[in-house]
Amino acid sequence: MIHKHKPEILVTGAGGSLAQYVINELKRDYHIVLVDFRRRVQLEEGMSSYRVEYNKRGFEDIFRKHKIEAVIHLGRMGLYESTHRNRYNHNVLGTQRLLDLCHKYEVKKVVVLSTYFVYGASPYNPALLTEEAPLKASELTMDLVDSVELENLANIYLWKYPELNITILRPCNIAGPGVLNSLSLLLSSSMAPVLMGFSPMMQFIHVEDMAHGVVLAFKQNKPGVYNVAADDWVSYQEAVTQCGCRRMPIPSIPEGLPRLISKRMNWKGWPPYLVNYYKYPVIIDGSLFSKTFGFKPHRSLDDIFSYYREKKEMGIL
Amino acid sequence: MSVRDFLKNLLVSKETEAIVDKIPKPVGSFGYDPWGYNTDAVKIALSVMRPIYEDYFRVEAFGLENIPANGRLLVIANHSGQLPFDGSLVGYAMATSPHTPRVVRVMVERWFPTIPFVGNIFNEMGAVLGDPINCGKMLRNEEAIVVFPEGVRGSGKTWDKRYKLQRFGLGFMHLAMTENTPIIPVGIVGCEETMPTPFHLKRLARLFGMPYLPVTTPIPLPAKVRLYFGEPMTFEGPVSSEDDVAVKVERVKDEINKLIQRGLQERSGWFE
Repeated sequence: MIHKHKPEILVTGAGGSLAQYVINELKRDYHIVLVDFRRRVQLEEGMSSYRVEYNKRGFEDIFRKHKIEAVIHLGRMGLYESTHRNRYNHNVLGTQRLLDLCHKYEVKKVVVLSTYFVYGASPYNPALLTEEAPLKASELTMDLVDSVELENLANIYLWKYPELNITILRPCNIAGPGVLNSLSLLLSSSMAPVLMGFSPMMQFIHVEDMAHGVVLAFKQNKPGVYNVAADDWVSYQEAVTQCGCRRMPIPSIPEGLPRLISKRMNWKGWPPYLVNYYKYPVIIDGSLFSKTFGFKPHRSLDDIFSYYREKKEMGIL
Repeated sequence: MSVRDFLKNLLVSKETEAIVDKIPKPVGSFGYDPWGYNTDAVKIALSVMRPIYEDYFRVEAFGLENIPANGRLLVIANHSGQLPFDGSLVGYAMATSPHTPRVVRVMVERWFPTIPFVGNIFNEMGAVLGDPINCGKMLRNEEAIVVFPEGVRGSGKTWDKRYKLQRFGLGFMHLAMTENTPIIPVGIVGCEETMPTPFHLKRLARLFGMPYLPVTTPIPLPAKVRLYFGEPMTFEGPVSSEDDVAVKVERVKDEINKLIQRGLQERSGWFE
């Protein structure tokens, strides 16, 4: 009953590792409504939990039933999870539905998780891309259209409905315990494909730090678009080595060959449409987020890599 | 043991290690900066460059005392020699300067990042994509950047155009003015003779997507190279017009030309 006095916030993608860290930080002060399209998540007694697709009619019932004051939208269908058509329906049309409901039910704050993939991996990328840099991912592959469209959509709502106070976060590679994105799958494996002659610079953020970043963005409510990254960089090949992966050299020329190999091998952590991200750097500038929200990651690159390395040594991964 | 660790143990002397370690350069926990510069790779590169610089090209550098000890800096030089040796020689000279050693970043052509191994190795040694956004960010990071405003027009010159400065791009002057950055003009003499090129295979170059394909010596000739670092030039912004920028670029070009002429007068032959 005590939950009635707490503001209610809806967290999508509640089954994911990032969401669980976020919920852990917020549960004391807020009543959390958990939503996930994969399964009904039961974290703690007293939390309301729903398994629902965002673009199904039943989703609105949650807004009817609860007085949702804020939404933290972390629920995205991962790049390896389904076809790009399904991802488009879920990530883009589902998010549109969510934002429409936020507007209809007068939600006061929305945090949307995006990704640095939206910038696209190109040999002509300057380092330290700021938030104003063009989003070129969809030029490179149809498989990333949903990521760019989700961003565009959130941006349209950001300007069209300023009362929603939308904050869009574009993090670098999130890694650490429980994370199931493409790169984390790769770091968890014993063998990591590497393109011969290419080892782009990469950035990583520990899932706990990212969760703290989401919470800061939610609590401080300064709408806008922000990159989220630590001031530390490492080459891809060094990162996989540090994680205890053996490097599997893949010929990098002719250009189409790595994609063909990836497709034939059906690697989830190294899918054909992400090959360019293992070839060219996409380094983002996270200084705006750090300054605006007073954000400073606490976990080092070594903390992230040693998690994967130690779990492998223990035979858990 | 990684290839880099192996090469470091094999090639890097304590003296070279000490040179790099005393140059202030902020890097992350694995020794990288956001552009891919790596401290250990630079130590290896300097060790590899030492015999090339000292014994093969017998480089003499003049005016190194003109280089400021710290702060943002644009080093503007003439480009020649088909292969980018001139950038490496300027970088080595500045890193090992007895006055104020500095790590420099060399801007490379846009096709370099697409070449396997080469783009990556260059990056780790401090080279970066020649992009104005990149350059502006590095200057705000108080880096020293080597720019060859002639680009491939200069490096790919044929023999009949040696020591004739080609058209300079205006980008470096825009950066100098907007980022309030002093310019050190550099005249390089000797690189033209390392790979004399009577003509290019243009069709074949197009086929391979290369900016040029020279018909030249199979390896660079051991011509003696002289580097002349001029005095700092400052140009205040804001930019009033492109014509004004072009006039200022010509001033830098004139200064580089003077340094080249000085070098040509002071040398008594290609190899001496």
